[in-house]
Amino acid sequence: MPLNRKDLLGIEDLTAEEIELILDTAETFRDVNARQIKKVPTLRGKTVINLFFEASTRTRTSFEIAAKRLSADAINISASTSSVVKGETLVDTAMNLQAMAPDAIVIRHSSSGAPHQISRILKASVINAGDGAHEHPTQALLDALTIRQNKGRISGLRVAIVGDILHSRVARSNVHLLVKLGAHVVLAGPRTLLPLGLDRLIEQSPGTITFADNIDDAIADADVVMMLRIQLERMAGGFFPSLREYSIHYGLNRRRLQLAKPDCIVLHPGPVNRGVEIDSDVADGPFSLILDQVSNGVAVRMAVLYLLAGGSESSK
Amino acid sequence: MTKPTLIKNGRIIDPSQSLDAQRDLLIREGRVAEISESIDAPDAEILDASGLIVAPGFIDLHVHFREPGQEYKETIESGSRTAAAGGFTSVCCMPNTNPINDNSSVTSFIVERARESAIVNVFPIGAITRESKGEELAEIGEMKKAGIVGISDDGKPVLDSGIMRRAMEYSIDFDLPVIDHCEDCCGSKNWAMHEGEYSALMGLKGLPGAAEDLHVSRDLLLAEMTGARIHIAHISTAKSVDMVRQAKARGVRVTCEVTPHHFTLTDEDVYRSGYDTNFKMAPPLRSRADLDAILEGLRDGTIDAIATDHAPHHANEKMLEFDRAPNGIIGLETAVSLTLDRLVHRGIITMTRMVELLSINPARIFKLDRGTLKPGSIADVTIFDPEKMVTIDPNASLSKSRNTPFGGWELKGAPVRTVVQHRER
Amino acid sequence: MEFVEKAVIMTSADMNRVLTRMATQIVENNPDLSNVLLVGIRRRGVPLAERLAAKIDEVDEVKVATGALDITLYRDDLSTVADRPVVNKTELPANITGKTIVLVDDVLYTGRTIRAALDELIDFGRPHRVQLCVLIDRGWRELPIQADYVGKFVTTTENQIIKVMLPEFDETEEVLLVETK
Repeated sequence: MPLNRKDLLGIEDLTAEEIELILDTAETFRDVNARQIKKVPTLRGKTVINLFFEASTRTRTSFEIAAKRLSADAINISASTSSVVKGETLVDTAMNLQAMAPDAIVIRHSSSGAPHQISRILKASVINAGDGAHEHPTQALLDALTIRQNKGRISGLRVAIVGDILHSRVARSNVHLLVKLGAHVVLAGPRTLLPLGLDRLIEQSPGTITFADNIDDAIADADVVMMLRIQLERMAGGFFPSLREYSIHYGLNRRRLQLAKPDCIVLHPGPVNRGVEIDSDVADGPFSLILDQVSNGVAVRMAVLYLLAGGSESSK
Repeated sequence: MTKPTLIKNGRIIDPSQSLDAQRDLLIREGRVAEISESIDAPDAEILDASGLIVAPGFIDLHVHFREPGQEYKETIESGSRTAAAGGFTSVCCMPNTNPINDNSSVTSFIVERARESAIVNVFPIGAITRESKGEELAEIGEMKKAGIVGISDDGKPVLDSGIMRRAMEYSIDFDLPVIDHCEDCCGSKNWAMHEGEYSALMGLKGLPGAAEDLHVSRDLLLAEMTGARIHIAHISTAKSVDMVRQAKARGVRVTCEVTPHHFTLTDEDVYRSGYDTNFKMAPPLRSRADLDAILEGLRDGTIDAIATDHAPHHANEKMLEFDRAPNGIIGLETAVSLTLDRLVHRGIITMTRMVELLSINPARIFKLDRGTLKPGSIADVTIFDPEKMVTIDPNASLSKSRNTPFGGWELKGAPVRTVVQHRER
Repeated sequence: MEFVEKAVIMTSADMNRVLTRMATQIVENNPDLSNVLLVGIRRRGVPLAERLAAKIDEVDEVKVATGALDITLYRDDLSTVADRPVVNKTELPANITGKTIVLVDDVLYTGRTIRAALDELIDFGRPHRVQLCVLIDRGWRELPIQADYVGKFVTTTENQIIKVMLPEFDETEEVLLVETK
């Protein structure tokens, strides 16, 4: 079964089968990344534009490496150097890029929905590399790949996602993905940062979504604990009073981790605020797979680029 | 000396004289001369209204014509042509132009431009506070002399309840309604849509219904205390409708209006649109429960008027990211079709009630000498076809802007023509 | 597309005989079998390579190493095929430099698959020699590539397809010549 779509805008649109296909393909690319010559000629002659309206060294580098290992030409455009500051609209920018005939545009934007808006007018494949507080599909895919490698499965696992769920695109993409693949997702964080109602619109099958009353309940018996990065500006927004209090009430430490299953793994989309959402000894501890996530990121992005960016027009 | 007009064979619906029957209508010298079963007037131009409904001219209490200041979006002329095409014979212009209509010279400019260029009646609304900043009262008395029919800081709420109290008290001296844009910020500055399940799913900042309800409850209490007449603009939530219902029962002098998009669309439509900025407006499209309460308010008479909140924005501005795009949609040309299709044909309201909501009540709320076809009254007439199927084509709009979420919609019922003070359009 | 079966080119017994012969030829041509690696091209080349290894073990009692090559990422027609082919794993020993590699595939046709396989092999190291072993050579080459070991030459027309049926993937074991309707 091929991935018959032009764009990857979010996990919400994907079927469980499509997610599995991307993950299986990513496994192959993990092998490629372990070779001495890590480059394959698959996307030779294809052009991938990394259009980043928001700074992100990690994700941008990961997409750039993925494109280059597939022999595509990768061009990075960041908002500070593009025309956006001159008052050009998003649509103008997209049309200008279209005129250069890229095969794929990887977009990171601080506004939810920006990739959807440009995908409607672009012939190129649009890959969402994070839009506002909406989705970050490749992050969820790399998280799933990491979980699958360590647990052998996703179905039936209890996954706690803890922190600023309200503003987190990582959390939304993960919720969609994990539920589609049959995991039981438990969300927890300060009440001010929980998007209550999220569970009502997502089909809870085969997995489930619940909001826990507190972080201890969420972590109890978890197979996977995913800690979200807390943005320091949320404090100014009045969502919580101080980092100290956040760390005490909502941070992951060794004591809390003991509530989880003994073989629990810890994930974090990075970069980590050590001592705030996660203690250093947990972040660097044996349960932590934070660096595996980074290397899986390249494989997942290669898989997505391969499955979307090639192909003839008729496949789209 | 203009030629008389004879509208023949139409079904005249005029609740002001409890009339719903097939009649002929004769207009002489801009006034209704006669209504009877069959009129012969050899000197008159004849409009055949067979199969059509003839009603007192429709009045839109809430439009934004961008003149002065943003004529690239809309002018008084283009806006008035759009209104006429949509079946409206009168519109009331909100003051958030540039400069803001917060003094009599701007009011006079609008009145003058309307006289020169408008093909429908244009009634200006003045600002409540200087520059609509919510700080000091504008010169409301002077603006009244220049022609305003109400006061509003529409687009922005008057957050200071002390200023709102003074505005209400002061408005009584000039017999002007205070038109209230209800939006407490509720920690939701820079919101992009209604706060609920769909904003949670879409990762957009939400404005809760409580933001409107807080403000409505405050102003109902202030209106009750001061005895002022207030008119709640674009009511959008279930609780606000209910509070207005209760306030009316207590005798508070409150009226309210709803927009066609708030009785047609919900936040689910924002989601289905895939971040289409033509689904972004203030107040935001609310939940299904809110929409149901609005339909009930239309049915039971709590809601007094249908107003479009016609808010043109240039295509470039709507091409922005969803959270950065300006609020508002055009609505003058779709309002009558939506009212017929969504309310009348679905049995929510009767055709008579529709005429009340679009003509009689708006005239009464703003004390305009319109909204009736009684012999001797000003002859503004809207003729519409309740059965005609139309497909909404944004590019066919007479507005300078194209920002509508209803492009491609097929609706049953449409305006056919308008007569404004005997100038047929 | 619908197919009409034209002929059975090899029965199961034929196939067995041909594989035995080719195994013998490989042994004859490569005195140092410890340096030989039989690499099947996915999908049907892989079980064929394994069977050849088993034959060599039967005849010479030498265990020849095997590997699998998935050439999808090296295909030259990726931008023209409608659907992205599913990528499978390539499994080769850590180091192939200095080895004699016998590439094994079911059908040799245009030669493009072999071109892709060679490119991929080179990315893994610098083999001493590369030889090619195919069950069927049906002609119609588009690149200057020839096999060192051929089970059977078959003359075909362009609208014909050779179907190698193996129990690992199919219900039968035989080689068929079919024609598109």
